[in-house]
Amino acid sequence: MKKQISILLLLLFCSINFYSQDTLKEIKVQSAQKSLQKSLKLTANTTLLSSKELLKAACCNLAESFETNPSIDVNFSDALTGTKQIKMLGLTSPYLMITEENIPSVRGASQAYGMSFIPGTWVESIQITKGAGSVVNGYESISGQINTELIKPIKDIPFFLNAYGSSDSRIELNTHFNRKISDKWATSLFVHGNTRVSKNDMNNDGFLDNPLAKQVNVLNRWQYTNAKKGWVSFINFRYMNDKKQSGELNFNPNRDKLTTNYWGSEINTERIDISTKINYIFPNMPFQSFSFQNAFNSHNQESYFGLNQYNIKQQSYYSNLIFNSIIDNTMHKFSSGLNFMHDKYNEFVNVTDYSRVDNSAGAFFEYTYDNVDDFSIILGGRVDNHNRLGTFLTPRLHVRYNPWEKGVLRFSAGRGKRSANIFAENQQLFGSSRNFEIVNTGGKVYGLNPEIAWNYGLSFTQKFLLLNRNGDFGFDFYRTDFQNQVVVDLYQGPQQVVFYNLNGKSFANSLQIEFNYELAKQLNIRTAYKYYDIQTDYQYVTQERPLQAKHRFFGNLEYQTHLLDDGKQWKFDFTINWLGKQRLPATISNSGLDSMPDFSPSFSVMNMQVTRIFSSIFEIYVGGENIGNYKQQKAILGSDNPFGTTFDTSIVYAPIFGQMYYAGLRFKVK
Amino acid sequence: MKNLFLTAVVFLAGFSMQAQEKSNKNAKYTIEVNGNCEMCQSRIQKAAYSVSGVKSATWSFETHELNLILNEEKATLLTVKTAIAKAGYDTDEVKSTVESYDNLPGCCQYERK
Repeated sequence: MKKQISILLLLLFCSINFYSQDTLKEIKVQSAQKSLQKSLKLTANTTLLSSKELLKAACCNLAESFETNPSIDVNFSDALTGTKQIKMLGLTSPYLMITEENIPSVRGASQAYGMSFIPGTWVESIQITKGAGSVVNGYESISGQINTELIKPIKDIPFFLNAYGSSDSRIELNTHFNRKISDKWATSLFVHGNTRVSKNDMNNDGFLDNPLAKQVNVLNRWQYTNAKKGWVSFINFRYMNDKKQSGELNFNPNRDKLTTNYWGSEINTERIDISTKINYIFPNMPFQSFSFQNAFNSHNQESYFGLNQYNIKQQSYYSNLIFNSIIDNTMHKFSSGLNFMHDKYNEFVNVTDYSRVDNSAGAFFEYTYDNVDDFSIILGGRVDNHNRLGTFLTPRLHVRYNPWEKGVLRFSAGRGKRSANIFAENQQLFGSSRNFEIVNTGGKVYGLNPEIAWNYGLSFTQKFLLLNRNGDFGFDFYRTDFQNQVVVDLYQGPQQVVFYNLNGKSFANSLQIEFNYELAKQLNIRTAYKYYDIQTDYQYVTQERPLQAKHRFFGNLEYQTHLLDDGKQWKFDFTINWLGKQRLPATISNSGLDSMPDFSPSFSVMNMQVTRIFSSIFEIYVGGENIGNYKQQKAILGSDNPFGTTFDTSIVYAPIFGQMYYAGLRFKVK
Repeated sequence: MKNLFLTAVVFLAGFSMQAQEKSNKNAKYTIEVNGNCEMCQSRIQKAAYSVSGVKSATWSFETHELNLILNEEKATLLTVKTAIAKAGYDTDEVKSTVESYDNLPGCCQYERK
């Protein structure tokens, strides 16, 4: 008993130190309390989502877990891939750094579907940082960072079961097993399966609204904790196999694959991940530690979209060594280290071979000053050498100041650089008759130059107590300025997509105003208004980014009954998203039915969920998505002639499926 | 098992097992400091950090305990206590002067023992 307590205490302590590298120390400590936390003392503009937040929506995988959070916009899944894309500050996920336990996870080949490969039940917490982010994890992040922490074997419960079924005929099953092998070793086995077996066509266009799908996803983690010596270590093994089929209802892959009998698509992905993490805290100096991470993964996607074939295999190796310590005292902290990344891509678009090998090595140093009162600053820099991006510096700055009680003012600035994987990131465009054109200027990635952007942000939050109830309000403003960008031009006509280096200006401004309040006991409201001004100098026109609403409104209402002694409780959740009109890609030259107006209509989408907790071991939930049943009028252009010149499945600005209802259960053995 | 537990306690709460060793660069102490509010936390910690050689100082509002890690080549526990008293807070060995106590902001004026 005593032993267990001591290990737990130590672990709690270790996890604090783990996070010092991300300056997430403050919120991590209290992660058991609220489902969504914003700290007044953190230097960066970071929100922590605990696993409780993920229980507020259907939330089957990571891509779907942000529906109740205004910082991240979740797009509507297109008919082809069924995958929801996310945006932050108006920029799509390639401009975000998405990490799993601080190891870059959704990047390169996995950019389009990677987030749907992380089941929601595996997640312990998510940290969302707006703006530049830390230099510790790399140079690629531009508009923000999302880090996911998975359930730690030592804190895990012996058995967990989650089953889910929905009216769009998706079934999911999650089972978790855990064993504490000795006082030092614990292991968890997570098994996830999901499938969609029946075909849906609610809009009668002859095409599936959602892909038929099958996913098997298995993760085995091992955790070693030696309290006495200060060691914590993780070893993870993971295998994932995902198959999707979409296209016309009559499409039969065995018979019709790569023919013009019927239009159809299959996307098959197989992924293997092995990662290790070793963390050592100097026993006499809890402020000093080092951490060594290594990850290997192989991601293999084989797919075709009608007659377009797209295959990409990425084998990556990532290594990161971090040393954390102090200068004089804990008011002055630093993190320093090295990292190395290797990516081998085998990429084929039809018969064209785009295979390549990327290598980069870098060193970073991050200094944190905290006056233990109202001011802190994080100054970070890194230098990297990359075989295609060259040698370059990445500076990042975060400042926090508390001008008065319960108020916090933050500023951040930083630079990011990345090479755009134009095919992997835009593969929804393969589901169209568009011709891919690259304006080759002799750059090193697909003939294009790397993308470089600066991001600046200012935010203010004030917490308050009104009529004895807690609330907060605030705003944040961010600007991303592209020095170079790989422009994806959909304004040159519906029969092509043109990729070229930015010539002129490209920027993204985003403003978010938030108000949250406890209306009555156990009744909370969250509201946010978001304004996006995103413009790019395209080749022939200066225009806003397509499929991006300029105005958005978000509201969430949550009510919980008092938790009874026997563990019984009701929870209610309601979320509304209103989206203003969105600019659509140019389709005017298509005749009649196959052309769309310049702008989409504005609309709103409502979700709700009711959870009944019977006891600490059993609960059920039912919910509805898009209960107002808003549907995009025409989801697929040229659906009557899919091998014709006007076919396009990529213009999706609203839900296609209409209303969807689901139910699920959770069973825990503690 | 007991050992392990003890080590963990030492590690966390920072009772100084190594206090006897001469000039420990990372000596750990826990002392009681009276205080009332969150503002006190920042004032007490700041006072501790003002002593050169104090590497880490965390004061808990709940327990009124100040956890210290200090380099004994540079500082002694007494100098830290003196600095804290100067900021207006009493410790077991060193009491604050009436003057410094009165200088505390209203919310920080704890009940003196």
